[in-house]
Amino acid sequence: MSGFPALTSGHRPVGVVSFAQHDNVRRDGEHNDVEMLLPVIAEVFGNVGITKDDVGFICSGSTDYLVGGPFSFVGALDAVGVWPPRAESHVEMDGAWALYEAWVLLQEGEIDSALVYSFGRSSPGNLSEILALQLDPYYMAPLWPDPCSLAALQAQALIDTGRASEADFAAVAARARRSALGNPKAQLAYDRSPEELLREDYEVAPLRRHALPPLTDGCAAIVLAAGDRAYELCERPAFITGIDHRVETHALGARDLTRSASTTLAGQKAGVGKAGVDVAELHAPFAHQELILVDALGLADDVEVSPSGGALAANPIMSAGLIRIGEASTRIWSGLADRAVAHATSGPCLQQNLVCVLEGV
Amino acid sequence: MSERCAVIGIGQTVAKSKREDVSIAGLVREAVVMAVEDAGLTFADIDAVVVGKAPDMFEGVMMPELYLAGALGAVGKPMMRVHTAGSVGGSTAIVASHLVASGIHDRVLTVAFEKQSDSDAMWALSVPQPFSSPLLAGAGGYFAPIIRAYMHRSGAPRDVGMKVAVKDRLHALKNPYAHLHLPDISLQMVEDSIMLWDPLHYLESCPSSDGAAAMVIGSERAAAQAETDTGRRPAWIHGMAMRSEPTMFAGRDQVNPQAGRDCAADLYRQAGISDPRADFDMAEVYVPFSWYEPMWLENLGFCAEGDGWKLTEAGATSLIDGGDIPWNCSGGVLSSNPIGASGMLRFLETALQIRGEAGEHQVPDARRALGQAYGGGSQFFSMWVVAVDKP
Repeated sequence: MSGFPALTSGHRPVGVVSFAQHDNVRRDGEHNDVEMLLPVIAEVFGNVGITKDDVGFICSGSTDYLVGGPFSFVGALDAVGVWPPRAESHVEMDGAWALYEAWVLLQEGEIDSALVYSFGRSSPGNLSEILALQLDPYYMAPLWPDPCSLAALQAQALIDTGRASEADFAAVAARARRSALGNPKAQLAYDRSPEELLREDYEVAPLRRHALPPLTDGCAAIVLAAGDRAYELCERPAFITGIDHRVETHALGARDLTRSASTTLAGQKAGVGKAGVDVAELHAPFAHQELILVDALGLADDVEVSPSGGALAANPIMSAGLIRIGEASTRIWSGLADRAVAHATSGPCLQQNLVCVLEGV
Repeated sequence: MSERCAVIGIGQTVAKSKREDVSIAGLVREAVVMAVEDAGLTFADIDAVVVGKAPDMFEGVMMPELYLAGALGAVGKPMMRVHTAGSVGGSTAIVASHLVASGIHDRVLTVAFEKQSDSDAMWALSVPQPFSSPLLAGAGGYFAPIIRAYMHRSGAPRDVGMKVAVKDRLHALKNPYAHLHLPDISLQMVEDSIMLWDPLHYLESCPSSDGAAAMVIGSERAAAQAETDTGRRPAWIHGMAMRSEPTMFAGRDQVNPQAGRDCAADLYRQAGISDPRADFDMAEVYVPFSWYEPMWLENLGFCAEGDGWKLTEAGATSLIDGGDIPWNCSGGVLSSNPIGASGMLRFLETALQIRGEAGEHQVPDARRALGQAYGGGSQFFSMWVVAVDKP
């Protein structure tokens, strides 16, 4: 037992004590969501020697549109096996927000641990078309703008400010994919120079292929534990000392796309700037978005950014945010970092953002 | 270290088949403006927004809360989106209440909606999935065999469901927000309506509605402020519970699901309820098909197993007949069904009763009320207890 860190958010220390993720792949056509989740749930419990019967709450994140049917979370619950019946909830959001809901419940002190998981596959449909249905149904969706085109508008706006160039995007992508070579779960990893990447053709100008995330099938799970229970399950829990999330207007024309005001606000509320940061796992599906996020969070030059490769190495939709929290936690557990920042995003061009500060004692 | 919390603001739209005069944003805006003003607040006072709705295919917009952030006054704030099938309206209110009970926020706006006329719920429920048998009959077709099992098990006479259908529509005549106003409703009229899924006649089924419901959940401090500012008393939350069980496995009792019984037991423990029929003054319970009233009377412990239909038959659940435990005085889901909001309307109506503001469908001196919602194939439950007295 080594005590607990000072908290910026909440009043009860809650730690990430276990994390598991599926291999991130372009297409897992052999398994449905339940079958993909089963080994991940088994691993996340097995890591800390507990079962579903030991957690006080279960919360998941997913979206129906990926499978093209209603209630995709209903079947997925069979991967946990909620018998006898359990206290359980679901958000139509990235699993990072499911983790937030569980963290809130843990603050009240009635329960000591929770399972959080999320899942989603990009392969069953055309993700560009599906995500267009996430837009304002009256004025935007009928134009079918795909996420790459919207991100390209954002990237061009960033270039126009003079704060970044296409070479900067290539540098982000080269570093992320090189980092991913050390991540056995990564989908896209390579060692190529920014100069080589800049010779690629544009997908949607000013974004070349390297600046785009891969299409990924995947899922992930985390176990949270509060107070002493965290130390019973983990030698060095990654305690959540600050967590906050904020949303911006959906109207792209009403936002400064080159800044992420919601990330800045969430970062301030989560106390990112209260002390030095060793590592930051940022959910930046497009290379230029990492630059915007680093700026929004005020991260210093010496912060190691997305050592897992981030969303540029694997972008399992609805799980990529939760995975950032898991990856940051592994750095705390191993002692590679004492203070980490994890970030999750949702919506077009970084509309909604969650920031989580994790600390080891 | 759970903090006291209460409903301090209430807003709802009139439920209708088609709200062609408003966009989705316009619909939710009506409810949230009403709730925020009802609490004597402005949007600047709201700390966070929690949104709920049933499957996104019911409107054809993926994660519509993103597009609605502005209309909900959520810009610059935390916003969450809950989806737990039909129970979602209740679950959403519970998630919002935990944001206050945990001490994190003082005033949280929660809203649930459905604009069914923008898409087709029957289609959305029936999209074929690989390796799954399609649910081509929609929810009624799913629940009818379970109802027949209940009738067989309990020996209930065939007209009990029709009595519920009449009773809830008579209640709805007293609720200006209800979708269905059928002044001529009678047992004969229900019996004469077309048989949809035996034993469910057309008039024993819920309608498809457009509508939204919203509440502001406040901390003890916020509740005191709201009471001073508005003169309306808070509806104190005495307990909240959610339970889920698997959809299908051998031995699952779909007539009287364990998850519902466990959820009620947890809730009653929190709220100090020992005899639900005596301890509650009224209940708003998710009854989308008539027979679910007697079934949930048993599941929620208002009577012994097998006796639910006897309460219905004796008029115990009728406000108009002066029953001792009126259920669904608002007209219930049988009279208004904006699916994602239907659960929240149950919770909202209990708060309205506790504040003594239910108008013509007010239960005299209602001091403690139960709100319940269920979803999926009755494997998801959410419930709460609100009361006049501070917990």
